[in-house]
Amino acid sequence: MFTRNFYRLSKYLRKPCNKNACELRKLHISAALWSNQSPSRFEEKPEFPGSRSKFIHKLSFIQPDDIEGIPVYRVMNRKGEIIEESEDPHLDKDTVIKMYRDMTLLNTMDKILYESQRQGRISFYMTNFGEEGTHIGSAAALSLKDMVFGQYREAGVLMWRGFTLDQFMDQCYGNCNDHGEGKQMPVHYGSKELNFVTISSTLATQMPQASGAAYALKRKGKDLCVICYFGEGAASEGDAHAAFNFAATLECPIIFFCRNNGYAISTPTKDQYRGDGIASRGAGYGMATIRVDGNDVFATYNATKAARDMCVKECRPVLIEAMTYRLGHHSTSDDSSAYRSVDEAAYWDKQDTPIARLRYFMISKGWWDDNKEKEWKTESKQMVMETFARAEARKKPNPELLFTDVYKNMEWHIEKQQKAMKQHVTNYAEHYPLDNFERWKD
Amino acid sequence: MNLFQSVNSAMDVALGEDPSAVIFGEDVAFGGVFRCSIGLKDKYGADRVFNTPLSEQGIVAFGIGLAVAGATAVAEIQFADYIFPAFDQITNEAAKFRYRTGNLFDCGKLTIRTPCGAVGHGALYHSQSPEAFFSHIAGVKVVMPRGPIQAKGLLLSCIKEEDPCIFFEPKILYRAAIEEVPTGDYTIPLGKAEVVIEGSDVTMVGYGTQVHVLREVASMAQEKLNVSCEVIDLRTLLPYDLNTILKSVIKTGRMIITHEAPQTMGYAAEIATAVQEECFLNLEAPIQRVCGYDTPFAHVYEPFYMPDKWRLFEAVKKVVNF
Repeated sequence: MFTRNFYRLSKYLRKPCNKNACELRKLHISAALWSNQSPSRFEEKPEFPGSRSKFIHKLSFIQPDDIEGIPVYRVMNRKGEIIEESEDPHLDKDTVIKMYRDMTLLNTMDKILYESQRQGRISFYMTNFGEEGTHIGSAAALSLKDMVFGQYREAGVLMWRGFTLDQFMDQCYGNCNDHGEGKQMPVHYGSKELNFVTISSTLATQMPQASGAAYALKRKGKDLCVICYFGEGAASEGDAHAAFNFAATLECPIIFFCRNNGYAISTPTKDQYRGDGIASRGAGYGMATIRVDGNDVFATYNATKAARDMCVKECRPVLIEAMTYRLGHHSTSDDSSAYRSVDEAAYWDKQDTPIARLRYFMISKGWWDDNKEKEWKTESKQMVMETFARAEARKKPNPELLFTDVYKNMEWHIEKQQKAMKQHVTNYAEHYPLDNFERWKD
Repeated sequence: MNLFQSVNSAMDVALGEDPSAVIFGEDVAFGGVFRCSIGLKDKYGADRVFNTPLSEQGIVAFGIGLAVAGATAVAEIQFADYIFPAFDQITNEAAKFRYRTGNLFDCGKLTIRTPCGAVGHGALYHSQSPEAFFSHIAGVKVVMPRGPIQAKGLLLSCIKEEDPCIFFEPKILYRAAIEEVPTGDYTIPLGKAEVVIEGSDVTMVGYGTQVHVLREVASMAQEKLNVSCEVIDLRTLLPYDLNTILKSVIKTGRMIITHEAPQTMGYAAEIATAVQEECFLNLEAPIQRVCGYDTPFAHVYEPFYMPDKWRLFEAVKKVVNF
């Protein structure tokens, strides 16, 4: 009777998770002590605290090349046709049109702001060409209250949430309307209302922070999650490893969303990692994982939605690796023809972009056509140009702001330096670009 | 209470008053390798007092994230010697969060606590005093107490302070220093130095364990040289209370600064420079620094390395006889 119940209980406890493994081990040990069966039956499983598995008696290594790569989940093919009807998220027309408009508006804004840097109007810019689907697909599956930690190529997430063209451009110009007070380079956006934590240039630093934020949200009990975006290059940083490990061990409701776009500046993925991308690492940390077609907004949407449910309901992290392709240069400081063929980028632009695939889908549903396309192109370009002119005309903030927010309250030594700066600049005014800035009160 | 008990008491108060407060780091759940977190997990729960994996960069970054999301985060780094993997997160993220976001976000609710300093046998990696590296980072506050009463009040101030703070705990004082520490909630203001002994002839500036060495030197100087020394405990290293030092140097005209950390590019260099900028004509002698030598912290040579009372005594003589 004892053994029958023991095995029944033991089978239940075989569900893989640390708690159950511990319980199982305790059961085995006490059963071995009390049972009248021979002790050798209970030496079948290793009892080391550090692992859970069985013994093997023939020498063999796990060879990574023998393992099949993790498959890529997709809903639409390159022509925007739904492959498996059951996977169609059946999003309503308005949502799908918003998805399309946001991706294309971002695309238009990117083109114009990239040009503006070339003309010396803004100092720097990074485009999102080819990756718009990763932003929009994932953002659409989240709650506005979910916190977002990004890397730098996720402007579409902000676009989806309602960041205005003015806000984008004010930040790029660092003018007096910029909520970031002109302190950072262009594309380092942030928004408190939209729960998008301001971007910093250091790579992967946001990742373990995101794990911590998720822990705080869990303790608040608000059924919210955190999403943390990062590139396949940033995933090589030590901070990425820490982020995954902390999120898994501390049971944080966080979606780690990797944009694998093939390049980290000039470094192709073959120089970045030798394993099966980022997705293959997930299980190693104890995280649920999926690899997804990042150029398929529906697949990205489905995966993110399911991930969010797991996070919020089961309090555990999920890793999504979204495969995509970086059509543009790394930034305005980069010319990618130096390290990849123009043909390669042209191929992807022609064959597989999230924008084109969604458009094919919309056309097949009768929700879009060439006329609407033409109208929208004109309308969106005009919106961008008008905003652009406004942002450019605004002055930079008062130079006093150089010294604010180092601490919550300005410390004596910083105040002293602020006064010294003002005094100096007043005395040498003609050597400083004061006309471009708002004035301080004397 | 001794120092680890007073730190424990401070965290007990913080956890009791602030439901969002959490304490985490390596081995904090069972009580911590220096027993600073003893009993807290049982009292407040495993979700509030917990172990993290072994990663300082992870611990500090996790703390930044907690703070950004509105929770009070008290992160422990097991030894200051191991804080360096977190240096990027401290310098580039914690210190700059409020500034670079235009005050949209901040991690003011983060406090990092870490044991530092010589302990008699710690050698290279259990004795370091890295406060100077952090005092150079605009945007963090750096604090080091000299004893249990100071520690509890200053730590509570750090926890409540709306800027990220690094709180260094001189580990040799954990058991050695015992004082009558108030059991309730109290704070000691940051950014304010304390004149621990008043004097008229020589200003001696230090922090942490070194303050006790200075007290002994002050007695020796009075007894053997009839020299009256004023001993100042900086307490907060960034931002530091220059005014209190200036007031003293204007009175005495002579200054000695001391720390265990190596001399070159060390903390004393800043104080010496700032003081001579403001008090050049008040000085009767060059400012003296009595510091650790420019070497890593060796094991058997510790007695020769330390800026002990005899080196300080010699410095008093030098500064008085200039």
